[in-house]
Amino acid sequence: MKGGQVSLDRRPVLRGIDLTIEPGEVVSVLGANGSGKSTLIRALLGLTPLTGGTTLLYGRPPARFRDWRRIGYVPQRLSVGGGVPTTIREVVASGRIARQRRFRPTSAADREATERALAAVGLADRAGDPVQALSGGQQQRVLIARALAGEPDTYVMDEPTAGVDADSQQLLADTLSALVAQGRTVLLVAHELGPMEPLITRAVVLRDGCVCHDGPPPHAVGAHALPGHDHVHPHAEENPVSTLDWRPTP
Amino acid sequence: MIELLSLGLMRRALTAALLVGLAAPAIGTFIVQRRLALLGDGIGHVALTGVALGFLTGTAPVLTAVAVSVLGAVTIELVRARGRTSGDVALALLFYGGIAGGALLISLAPGGSNTTLMSYLFGSISSVTAQDVWAIGLLAAAVLGVVAVFGRELYVLCQDEEVARASGLPVRFLSLLIAVTAALTVVIAMRVVGLLLVSALMVVPVATSQQFTRGFRATMLLSMVFGVLATVGGLTSSFYVEVPPGAIIVVVALAGFVLALGLGRFVRRSRSQESTP
Repeated sequence: MKGGQVSLDRRPVLRGIDLTIEPGEVVSVLGANGSGKSTLIRALLGLTPLTGGTTLLYGRPPARFRDWRRIGYVPQRLSVGGGVPTTIREVVASGRIARQRRFRPTSAADREATERALAAVGLADRAGDPVQALSGGQQQRVLIARALAGEPDTYVMDEPTAGVDADSQQLLADTLSALVAQGRTVLLVAHELGPMEPLITRAVVLRDGCVCHDGPPPHAVGAHALPGHDHVHPHAEENPVSTLDWRPTP
Repeated sequence: MIELLSLGLMRRALTAALLVGLAAPAIGTFIVQRRLALLGDGIGHVALTGVALGFLTGTAPVLTAVAVSVLGAVTIELVRARGRTSGDVALALLFYGGIAGGALLISLAPGGSNTTLMSYLFGSISSVTAQDVWAIGLLAAAVLGVVAVFGRELYVLCQDEEVARASGLPVRFLSLLIAVTAALTVVIAMRVVGLLLVSALMVVPVATSQQFTRGFRATMLLSMVFGVLATVGGLTSSFYVEVPPGAIIVVVALAGFVLALGLGRFVRRSRSQESTP
C-alpha cells in the first residue's frame, strides 16, 4: 500500500500509510482501539475503498486481482445473518469457494482439504453441529478452519484472538507456527499477542491512523508503543509528536 | 384424490402449486439468511404495477409482471447496496409507488377495475390456464437452476459479504441474481397465493424447517418439503371447503410453523441429552 488514506463518514481513519508485506513475513498490526487496525487490513484487501493512495495485491489493484485463492481472509467474527442454521462443516467447506468452478461439483480434493482443516482446529468430531451453538472461541476456530481449507499463501486475520479462551489461543498459535513453517505469509491484527508472540517477525503499530512503529516486534510492548515514545523512524514525521503540532489533514 | 386429478383444472392448479411450493422456499432460504425476508413483499407490491401495465397495453400480465418486478428487484438491490440509513425509506417509497401505480394504471385500462387486480393480489389458482402452467414451470426451473448452479457462491455471499468479496466472488452480480430470482419467484407464486401473500411462501417454510435442522442445505431441502405440503395441502382442502386457496395455503404453512415450534423444542431437548453423557 502506498499513501493509503481511508475516511469513514468523512472522518479520516487512515492518513497516509505506506506498507509492504513481503512473502513469508508474519506481520502483526498492533494499536489501541480505534487506531485503524481493522480498517487497514480491510483497505489492503480492497474491502474498504481508499480515499487516497493505492493498494496492490500481488502487484495488481484489488479490482483487477484474480488470484483470490492465494488469500485467506479471517473476519473478526462469524456473521450469523438471518439465523438459518448451518453446520461447522458447511462453513469450513465454503472456504474452498475460490478454488471451485461454477459448474463443477465438489471434488474429493475439496472434501479432503475440508477434513484436514477441521482436524487442524480440533473440531472434526463436531463437524455436523450448527455453528450457532458454539462459543466465541470455537467460532473463531471455525473461521480459521475456513481459511485453512482454501489453502492460501497469505492469511489475513482480523483479531483472531479477541474474546478467545486460552485453549483456543494456544491452538491458534500452534496452527500459525505450522503455517509459518510452511513458509506462508501471515498478516494479523491483534490487541495482544499472547502465545503467538514468538512467531511474529514484524510489528506495525498504528496510532491515530498513522504507522508509528514498523520493525521488529516490540518486546516491551508498553514502553515501545506508548504515545510520546520517541522512535527514530522513516515514518516518524507523519506522526504528530505532540497535540500542539497541528497540521491540516490533506 | 383420484377424483381430484381427473379434473383438468385441478390438475393444472396442483401442478402450479407443486412448482411454487418447491421454488419459493429454495430461494427463500438464501433471502432469510441475507436478512431480506421482506424482499418478496416489496417485489410483490412493485409487480402489481406490472400486472396493471399488462392490462393497459393488452399484453399478457405475467410478462409485464416479470419485466416490472425484475426492474423493481434490481432497483431494491441497488438501493440496498448503496445507502444504509435511508435504505428502508427508499424501499418503502418504491413499495407504495408499486401499489399506487398498479391501482392507477388499472383504472386507465379498458374495462379494468380494482376487482381485476384482486385476483392477482390474493391469487386465483382456479383460473390457471395450461399456458400459465407452462410459464410457471419454466420460471420454476429457472429458479431451481439458479439455486443448483450458484448455490455454493450464494451461500458464501449470504453468510458474509466481505468474505465473499475476499474470495473473489462477483458480489454485485450474485446480489442482483438473488434479487432477480426472487422477482421470478414472486411472479410464479402470484397466481397461486397472490402478490400480498407471496412472501409467506418464501419465509414461513424456512422458519418452520429451521426448528428441526442443523445445516443450511438440510434447512433448504426440508423447507421445500414443507412448502409443497403447504401449497398442495392447502389447495386440496380448498377443493372440499369453500375457501380462497391462497389464504388457506398460507394458513396451513403458518399452522405448520406453530406446530414445529413445539416439536422443535422437543427434538432439540432430546438431542442435547444425547450429546451430554
